[in-house]
Amino acid sequence: MGRLITKCNDPTVLYVSGGNTQFIAYSQNRYRIFGETIDIAIGNCLDRFARVLKLSNDPSPGYNIEKMAEKGKKFLHLPYTVKGTDVSCSGILSNIEKQAPHLISSKQYAPEDLCYSLQEAIFAMLVENTERAMSHCGSQEVLIVGGVGCNLRLQEMMNIMSEERGAKLYATDERFCIDNGAMIAQAGIEMFQSGTTTPWDLVTCTQRYRTDEVEVTWRS
Amino acid sequence: MLLKQGAEAKIYKSEYLGCPCIVKERFVKKYRHPELDSHLTKERIKAECRAIVRCKAAGIRTPTLYGVDLAKRCIYMEYIENAKTLKECISNAVNNTEHADGNKDFIGPILERIGVFIGRMHSSNIIHGDLTTSNILLVGDLRSEDLQIIFIDFGLSSADESAEDKGVDLYVLERAIISAHTLKENVFNVILKAYAKEYKKGSSEVLRKLDEVRSRGRKRLMVG
Repeated sequence: MGRLITKCNDPTVLYVSGGNTQFIAYSQNRYRIFGETIDIAIGNCLDRFARVLKLSNDPSPGYNIEKMAEKGKKFLHLPYTVKGTDVSCSGILSNIEKQAPHLISSKQYAPEDLCYSLQEAIFAMLVENTERAMSHCGSQEVLIVGGVGCNLRLQEMMNIMSEERGAKLYATDERFCIDNGAMIAQAGIEMFQSGTTTPWDLVTCTQRYRTDEVEVTWRS
Repeated sequence: MLLKQGAEAKIYKSEYLGCPCIVKERFVKKYRHPELDSHLTKERIKAECRAIVRCKAAGIRTPTLYGVDLAKRCIYMEYIENAKTLKECISNAVNNTEHADGNKDFIGPILERIGVFIGRMHSSNIIHGDLTTSNILLVGDLRSEDLQIIFIDFGLSSADESAEDKGVDLYVLERAIISAHTLKENVFNVILKAYAKEYKKGSSEVLRKLDEVRSRGRKRLMVG
């Protein structure tokens, strides 16, 4: 889907949503997971922090954090947990959840500052490991997909990183990032056109499909 | 002379008191918040130096440390001649052989020795933090027992006793081997076996953690 919209060829993919945080590269008929979160997803981390601040779910908690973060100025040091090619988000969330009520009530930090600091820390982890994946695979393209991919600060950071290494960033917006129906349909068309079909009585539904379980028949 | 730009550092070849050396410069990452960037850089330079010294004490080969300049964000260390990464060696072996099994025999013993070294690292409570096949160098004849195995890039390392961090260390390596190289999963077991043999005291707990870390990934819901 991302490749269809952005016309990129063979990108390193950052897949960031409420359920997933994965660094992906395509190799030999699989999307291989180069690294991922070892606990909660980045979108989950942002959503749960939005709940701590009692932010609205309209249009989405992540979007409201993004808007708040734009007004943030004061930077709070949070844990930074990069584990090789993987990242971890649960400790950061626990840390900021614990500190937030006190920091806000004592007026040391505004809620905006905390949104800003949280975004800066976790996005830096994402960009760093995307770069590590690109360096490991020798890739010159990067594609951001998934709901958190709508976040403009994440796109901006990724773009700076890409420019520094002479690579190109591809990103889409909320029309595509969060439309799972369209993504499934697009994957279905690709599979059908490459000759993969499933008899109707064998069709099942699973939410637990991992990215690297699917054999990719539509790319060489 | 710039040799390589990795994810967070530029690697130059230079001279240190007449010896060829590597300069590893952790340049400013403009995408990162400046405070976060300078904090991380300092921490990583320190972590790398500490780990190199600790590895030496444990009998694990790493580049020798020549000097550090925190203000310039640089580490000066030994230049290792004629080194190949484990990654290159594996992909050469896999790609160049039609009868894959016949010619890959030499990889087993190398992986076994790597397992021993990682066991030694962990029994000294050194967590590498980024054990990928790009961060393990090989020097010499791949089929010989004199082959040197050198660990590099300790920027994410830490000193920790916990089985959790050691398990994650192994997990990172396992994934690096499986994702970048289309080798069968059982090659990683060669490493684990040697690891367990070397690290008698703690390995059973670490391997249990490794299983736990693996299952965290597998069970993750695919929603959103």
